[in-house]
Formats: sequence, structure tokens, C-alpha cells
Amino acid sequence: MRETTTTGTDGAGAAPRDAGARDAAAPRPARSHGAPSPAAGGAGRGRAGAAPAPSAAEERRRARRSRRYRRDVRWSPYAFVAPFFLVFGAFGLFPLLYTGWASLHRVSLTAPTDMEWAGLGNFTRLLGDEFFWNALGNTFSIGVLATVPQLLMALGLAHVMNYRLRGSTFFRVTMLAPYATSVAAATLVFVMLYGRDYGMINWALGAVGVDPVDWQNGTLSSQFAISTIVIWRWTGYNTLIYLAAMQAVPRDLYESAALDGASRWQQFTHVTIPSLRPTILFTVVVSTIGAMQLFGEPLLFSPGGSPAGGVDHQYQTLGLYLYEQGWVNLHLGRASAIAWAMFLILLLIAVVAAVVARRLRKSQ
Amino acid sequence: MTRMARRTRRSRHRMAAAVAATLGAALVAGCADDGGGGAAERAGSDGRTTLTVGLFGTFGFQEAGLYEEYERLNPGIAIEQTVVERNENYYPQLLTRLASDSGLADVQAVEVGNIAEVTATQADKFVDLGERPDVDPGDWFDWKWQQGTTADGKTIALGTDIGPMAICYRKDHFEAAGLPTDRAEVSRLWAGDWRKYLDTGKRFMADGPDDVAWVDSAGGLYSAAIASAESRYYDADGDIVYQDNPDVRAAWDIATTAAEEGMTARQEQFTPPWDKAMNNGTFATLSCPAWMLGYIQDKGGEQSEGLWDVADAPRPGNWGGSFLGVPESAPHKEEAAKFVAWLTAPEQQATLFEERGSFPSSPSSYDTPTVADATHDYFGEAPIGEIFARAAEGIPTQHIGPKDQIIAENIGRSGVRQVEQKGLSPDEAWDEAVKAVENALGR
Repeated sequence: MRETTTTGTDGAGAAPRDAGARDAAAPRPARSHGAPSPAAGGAGRGRAGAAPAPSAAEERRRARRSRRYRRDVRWSPYAFVAPFFLVFGAFGLFPLLYTGWASLHRVSLTAPTDMEWAGLGNFTRLLGDEFFWNALGNTFSIGVLATVPQLLMALGLAHVMNYRLRGSTFFRVTMLAPYATSVAAATLVFVMLYGRDYGMINWALGAVGVDPVDWQNGTLSSQFAISTIVIWRWTGYNTLIYLAAMQAVPRDLYESAALDGASRWQQFTHVTIPSLRPTILFTVVVSTIGAMQLFGEPLLFSPGGSPAGGVDHQYQTLGLYLYEQGWVNLHLGRASAIAWAMFLILLLIAVVAAVVARRLRKSQ
Repeated sequence: MTRMARRTRRSRHRMAAAVAATLGAALVAGCADDGGGGAAERAGSDGRTTLTVGLFGTFGFQEAGLYEEYERLNPGIAIEQTVVERNENYYPQLLTRLASDSGLADVQAVEVGNIAEVTATQADKFVDLGERPDVDPGDWFDWKWQQGTTADGKTIALGTDIGPMAICYRKDHFEAAGLPTDRAEVSRLWAGDWRKYLDTGKRFMADGPDDVAWVDSAGGLYSAAIASAESRYYDADGDIVYQDNPDVRAAWDIATTAAEEGMTARQEQFTPPWDKAMNNGTFATLSCPAWMLGYIQDKGGEQSEGLWDVADAPRPGNWGGSFLGVPESAPHKEEAAKFVAWLTAPEQQATLFEERGSFPSSPSSYDTPTVADATHDYFGEAPIGEIFARAAEGIPTQHIGPKDQIIAENIGRSGVRQVEQKGLSPDEAWDEAVKAVENALGR
């Protein structure tokens, strides 16, 4: 204790002097990279007051140094984050803008450079395009069918796993295994399970006396089947996110709730859920974006791998419709307009989410 | 532990040395390239010119030993192929590469469903193969030659195989239904008319085994029927006329009647359940182009051996077949064109038929013993050379337009299959099909 104080006092007195002496003895150019410690700057200023008036050259040198330093502090962080934005610009922003430009034209994949101005034609056409509305509706209904049970189940599972469990690591790893499985592999297995003539699910239904279901060709049945694939893949992932958030809830909240006589269920609804609000909102937003972009599952659910989404387009999502227009029908302009419509819808959802989040914060 | 660490460090040194050496070599190679350039740029270390071949699906050139043979005949040439499994993925990739003039192989395959679009929109990107001295237009069926030729007479792709169609049928099911099983008698049951094929189907459904359908799928039946018609979706002037074409309506009626009467096994072709149905023998007949026999043998397996046979289709038609072209920006245009001319010549087509079952598009090969005497043991020693040659010579000359494939797909899926799978009436389904086609065609 005493020792530290002494060194502290000594150090405080010696530091400026030391720094000044070093600087005078061996003047070196300021390094442009790396952030110098703020202490060095302070030392410089301290010495300026004590030393005799410096020469004009020295003055300039110091001014340059301090300018460099300020520039460094100000701009270096941008340099550090630049790589991400360069990559994003090349592979995110540029395609986004180019897609926007293409969406204003008639372009065919047979001659992608040969663009014919169409104004907003591709967008106005979407308004009356029943296949677009069908795909939007399917995206929405599959999204709801997949997201709602998935998040509720994840919440329940996380709650159970939040208790002291034997082999909790094992359970956590198992939870995440479906997430680590490739979409293609998982979907192909589910397609076999949901087969009409030779599927295991229809066989099991038959064993309990239920007529076989034509999973492919019904609207609800096919969307339900696809939703189960999504649920299977993503529930574990969301469970772990919820679990992490639950473990950050202070134990004393539960203790005081228990002292007040709250049951387990009441603890869950009155302590856990309110503490998890921001996390729940996060998972809702992420799942919504995922649902909007749903592509691989419905594509591979169709036995021929066709982007039409069934004979009646009964499970064609927006992603599949975009793909069909662009890469099967070869209409790049129309496909770009669908892509931008999807982007705008996501923006709209983001705004709604932001408003909800603000409300939630205010109500707390 | 220490030893391991040291070894790691040493191997890291070695790795660094290897990387440096590679980079150095690349630099040297880069300099050498500047000097050499031209045809030598892709020459392998043994000094041979490597021709690349871009294919989809299974052509079987390599398996039939044709690359090896060409390499033996032309010592300076090596051949390498890259294969994309599905044409739906291959074709868009080909189009983008043609548009950017990069990434193209020396030889690119084109499927018959896309050939009209390629000749109509990409002709300037391909080398003219029609004027070559080693290519004789008389070696091909005229319709096959014309499909690879533009309106102003530039032949951008040469035909490989074609898909003349027959009917594959199960003798055991025919016998159980009291129908003849001999292939000549079976052919006579429906000769000349798809409606007779349906009538036979009605008899089969009444007298045959309960759990066996007459035909695998309404979609397959529609494809077969439209392939044997005089015309399809375009008229001779190149206008889209599918809505008013009586030939389309006739094929539509055949397929939707079969669907409505429950004569189909409600399968979708080339899906695992279809394979399984073939294995279990749940349908009695199937329109089979020559290239499908191998598939049926694969999926039918041992338990169906000797049960299948091949009869003439009610009317002959063509389903499938491909073309090979040489892009203008190919690194070795001349060598590639020479190779394509050789690969599509009658002798090589006959070899491919013998080895792989792809039927030649060259009628002059039909008299060679390789084709004329060919039989298929899985199909009860059926004389497939004779049957398919007869079918090939009867294939109608149809005008195929750029969007033929898309129109066919949408009529098949939104139309025929909606009758079969969802029980729509043919009229409702036709309206749905027209909506889908029009949406797919509208730019």
C-alpha cells in the first residue's frame, strides 16, 4: 500500500520530466500508425509550459505532430472498419444498387448487357401479378407457421435447460446439431419422411388408422411440412440465445420473487419474460428476416427441385418466385423488381420492429 | 511435447518454403505466358493441348472411351470434361458466360429444349460448324441439323443423340389383364393413335391388377403425345400459337383424360417416388425414349428383370437429345471444332449407342450392325436398334421456338398435373396453365 503510493507520487513527478528529456535527446518522427497513449500527449503539453520558448522550426514540428496525432485518433478507427465496408460495398451495396437499376429495365439473361428502359413498369406489374401476391402470402403463412411455434418452443426449452441439469453441455450441443446440418441434407430427409406413397409419416398415420396425407399437393399440408423443417433446424439456435439471456438475469430477482411466494410459472412470466424482452425482439426480427428469405427448404421440398413451389405454386415463396423469374424464365428485370420489393418489405418490418422496441422500452 | 513443437516449427518453415517456391514458379510462369500466349497457354506440362468440354447430365463420352480414342488418334491433344449435373443449373451458367465471354469451355453442350433459344439469341457467340469439310450435313436428320442452324444458315451446334420414343410395358401386368404380351401384337393394339392407347388402358384398368395403374404419370404422357404431333407451340412463322393449336389440344385431351379416369400412378418423373414405383411395378406402361432404358434398368433392378418389354409408340416422336457447339471465345477454336466434328460423326454416335444407349441422330448409322442388330437383354432381348430406328425415321419435323421448353413446363405443371394431382377439371386447369405460361413469357 505504502509502496504504491510512493512510486505513484514519484512517477507522477518524474513522468513529464522523463518524457521531455527523451524527446529532446532523441527527436523522432511521430508514428502515423497505432494510437499513441494519451499520457504522451499530456506530457508534451506539460513540458511546453516549463521549457524556454521553442524555436520556430520546433514549433512547426510540434504543430505537425499534434495534427498528425489528432488525425490519427480521428481517422484510424475508420481505417480499421474499412475492410468490412469495402467488402460490403463490392458484394452488398453494389449488387443492391445495380439490382435497383436493373429493376427499371427489361433485361433478359440471354443478353444481360442489353437493357431496355421500362421505368417503374416492373413494379406496377407486380401489383397486379397474382403469382407475386401468392408468393408473398405463402412467405407470410410459412413464416408464421415456422416462426411462432419455433420461438415458443425455444423459450420453453431454454427455461427447462436453465435449471441445473445433469449433462447440460450434452443437451446444448444436441440442441445446436440441427443448426449445423446443411439445408439440403435435412430437407432431403424430410422429403422422404413426407412422401405420399412411401413416406414414413404416412405409414405411421396409417398405423393409427389415419388416411395418408398428400403432403406435396395440399396448400396447408405442404406449408406445414416445410415449416417443420425450418422449426427443426432453428429451434435449438434460438434456445441457446434465450438460454444465454436467461443466465444473465440476476438470481436475486428470482429469490425475491420466491420469497414473495411466486410459483415457478409466475417466476417465468413475471421475471424471465420481462427480462428477456430485448432478446425476444431480436430473435423475432432475425427469424422474420430468415422467413422472408426462405428458399432452400421449399426449393428442395419439391421432388424435382423446381422453383415453381408445387403444381399450384402452393408453397412458392418470394425467394423462389424471384429465382424462377430470373433463372428459369430469364427475366432479370422482373426478378430484380421482386428482389427490391422484398428489400422494401423488410425495411417496413424493420421500422415496425423499431417502433415496437421503443414502446417496449418506454413501458419498462 | 517439445519435440512436437519443434517439428511443427520446422514444418512451418517447410511450408513457407513451399509457398515461396510456388509463388516464384507462378511468377515465372506468368512471365513465360506473356511471351508464349496463344494456343500454347493451356498446354499441359507434357506439351499437349488440353481441350475442355462443358457438359450437363450424363453424356457418357468419357465412359464410352471416346476421349481416349481421340487422344490416341491425335497425340497432341488431351481432353478434359466438366459436368454440371442438372441442365437447369448448366444453362443459366452457359448464358452468363457467353454474355461475359469468359469461363467458357472449348466445347459446350446445349440441350434440345434450349437449342432454339441459343440459335436465336447467341448465334454470334458460336463458331460456324456447317461449312467445315469434315462435316457432312447429310449425316444428320434434316430436322436435327436445322435445330442447330440459324435462319440465315449458320450451323452453331452439331447434334449428338436423339430420343426416339417407344412404349415400355410390363409383360406380367399385361398378361394378368388378359392383354397380349408379344411386342408386335402390343404395338398393333394402339398403332397410329394415342386414343387407342387410352382405350387399351381402359381395358387394363377394368381387368388388370387393382393396385397397378396404366401409365406412370400424366405429365409424361402429355410430353410423349405432344412430341409425336405435327406441331407444338410455335407456327412455321415463329409465332406463339399454343392456345389455338389443335395439336396441343389433342395431346392435352389424351393426358387429361388419363388423369381424370384415374389411369395414372400420379407420379412425377425423375423423382425418388417414381423410381420406387418403377421398382415396385405399380404402373404397366411408360413412354420411353431410347435413353431411358438404362434408367429403367437401374431403378427396376433385378426384381423386374425380364418383365419389361418395348413396343412401338402409337405415333413416333422425339424426346431429348443434345448438341455440341464451339464458342467464339474458346481458347482452342480450331482444335475444338475438329474434335466436335469427329465426336458427332456417325461412327462415334454408333459407338456411344453401343456403350451407353444414346440413340444416334445420324440415320446413316442405322444400317451398321452396331445399331441394326442391337438388342437389350433387360427388356427381353427386344430389338431396340430396329424399334428405335423405325421410330426415329417417323419423327415429325416440328418447329421449335425459343420458349418451347418454358411453355411445355408450365402446361405440364400448372395444367396437366393439376388435373392429375389436385383433381381440377381440364377446363379450369387449362386456364391455370395459360395464366402460368403468359406470366412466364411476359418480359
